[in-house]
Amino acid sequence: MAVSKEAKAKNKAFFSDWLKYQFKEMRKNGGLYLFMLPYLLIFVTFTVLPVIVAIYFSFTYFNVLEPPQWTGFENYIRLFTADDLFMTAFKNTMFFAVIIGPGGYLLSLFFAWLINELSRRARVIMTIFYYAPSLASALPIWKIIFSSDQYGLLNGFLMNTGITYTNIKWLEDVNYIVPCCLFVILWGSLGTSFLTFIAGLQNVDRTLYEAGAIDGVKNRWQELWYITLPYMKPQLMFGAVMSITGAFSVGGAITNLVGYPSQDYVAHTLIHHMEDYANQRMELGYACAITVLLFLLQLVTNKIIKRLLSKVGE
Amino acid sequence: MAKKLSRSGAGNFLGIAFLCVIAVLMVLPMVYAVGNSFKPMDELFKFPPTILPRRWVTTNYTDLFVLMGNSWVPFSRYFFNTIFITSVGTFGQIVCCSLCAYPLAMYNFPGRKMISGMIVTALMFNGTVLWLPLFMIKAGLGMIDTYWAIIIPTFGSSMGMYLMQQFMSQIPKSLVEAARIDGAGSFKIFWTIVLPQVKSAWLTLMIFSVQGLWNTGASVFIQSESLKTLPYALSQIVSTGIARQGVANAISVIMMAVPITTFIISQSNIIETMATSGMKD
Repeated sequence: MAVSKEAKAKNKAFFSDWLKYQFKEMRKNGGLYLFMLPYLLIFVTFTVLPVIVAIYFSFTYFNVLEPPQWTGFENYIRLFTADDLFMTAFKNTMFFAVIIGPGGYLLSLFFAWLINELSRRARVIMTIFYYAPSLASALPIWKIIFSSDQYGLLNGFLMNTGITYTNIKWLEDVNYIVPCCLFVILWGSLGTSFLTFIAGLQNVDRTLYEAGAIDGVKNRWQELWYITLPYMKPQLMFGAVMSITGAFSVGGAITNLVGYPSQDYVAHTLIHHMEDYANQRMELGYACAITVLLFLLQLVTNKIIKRLLSKVGE
Repeated sequence: MAKKLSRSGAGNFLGIAFLCVIAVLMVLPMVYAVGNSFKPMDELFKFPPTILPRRWVTTNYTDLFVLMGNSWVPFSRYFFNTIFITSVGTFGQIVCCSLCAYPLAMYNFPGRKMISGMIVTALMFNGTVLWLPLFMIKAGLGMIDTYWAIIIPTFGSSMGMYLMQQFMSQIPKSLVEAARIDGAGSFKIFWTIVLPQVKSAWLTLMIFSVQGLWNTGASVFIQSESLKTLPYALSQIVSTGIARQGVANAISVIMMAVPITTFIISQSNIIETMATSGMKD
């Protein structure tokens, strides 16, 4: 007992010394905190605080008119047991994420890798061509391409060449809505991660390839797996974070394309479900529970994928 | 030693051919939008549809200004709103991120690790998801229905901050040390040594920020018609139906021209910045 007390006192002394040291350091670097103040103030208000607010309200019943009432886990229980549409939205979101996340990521890596083989000038032009779709908010034009009458580009082409004889309602027919959305989103998914890969590939040390050839690397696939990918692991990580974050939040593009609600709710995602409860039904607590769930989904997936990616090239 | 190793000629040719075919498909929708914007009315509804117009006219663009000039809120107003939001937001983001990245990249002080960790974590989720709590906070701060509801949050962009910090940490510490020994204060070092070296990062932040803000519809946070943005005007015109399709295409083209042009101008700087963006687990 006496020993532990002594240890405690020692610890305490150590802790206060540490604290004193930290304060001294903080005072010495006082000016540096001023540099960070504006950014941190805004970052905390608009990035950290929303998470806390969402978590708090997700445990309440809140309809704006009355003050929020604490209801514990009721919202979460209701989500998983009493809300069929939520389960639809959850499944759709997972489906979209599973295709768009890895799909966009692998497409970015694949095209960046092909482009990297080109000469400098050709590489610049190709980078612009492939990156442009993610820059342009081209959803209105896709609506015209997928237009349900014969003046739509796709229907016009199919009917003119005799592949189909009637116009297909691309954005209204439940069989086509999801494929169309996936196609358009994947088209614009060569974004930040694509640029990161282009940059990463350019920076791989050329002499490594020569050394690899001597060590018995036979073809470009082996070269990719054993030399290129391990070398650009940091870029692969960053690209993964960008792809995952984008994959779980595709709601807006879908609404612009097929409207809300989509036919039979085939493209109903968690974002839509959350907006529905926030805007139409004024159940903000419930909407916040969905927000928290989406937030956790993104964070957990990111952590898992990062762990998986650290095994590349081993 | 051969310049390229373990490559087959056939593989190279296939790769290039494949890239070119896909590249055409990638830009086709945008070419189609440009084509449509120069088509006269009768060619927009023609079977079979063509990608480029047979007769090029600029009436869609002139109509746009006439039409919007007569509307309740003049078109120039939407234009001004979007330009104002984009330029102020981008400028503020570059200033805030450069200021904050400087100590994080160059010095060691208590709290540095924690702040960097928070920023990396923030990259892992996005603002779309937090839309509702953001609305509550903005309402609480009285920002709803002002430009600031869109502008201020972009100053605290985690992405911009992360890229700036990564880029700055590449600057040799010896440069900063030398300046410090010569008696320069931390602000002088920031202003004369660090800032001129991160121009590439500025341009990159500019691209990402312009891309985001230029396309912002802002429909939830701004309700007054006179404060609404260009993408909102576009969606209104598109929803008025067939008669306005040519004009809608003209706006689409204007909307996509700005981010694409800025990217083309600054692409080499952006690639340079993205090379430093890698994450060490």
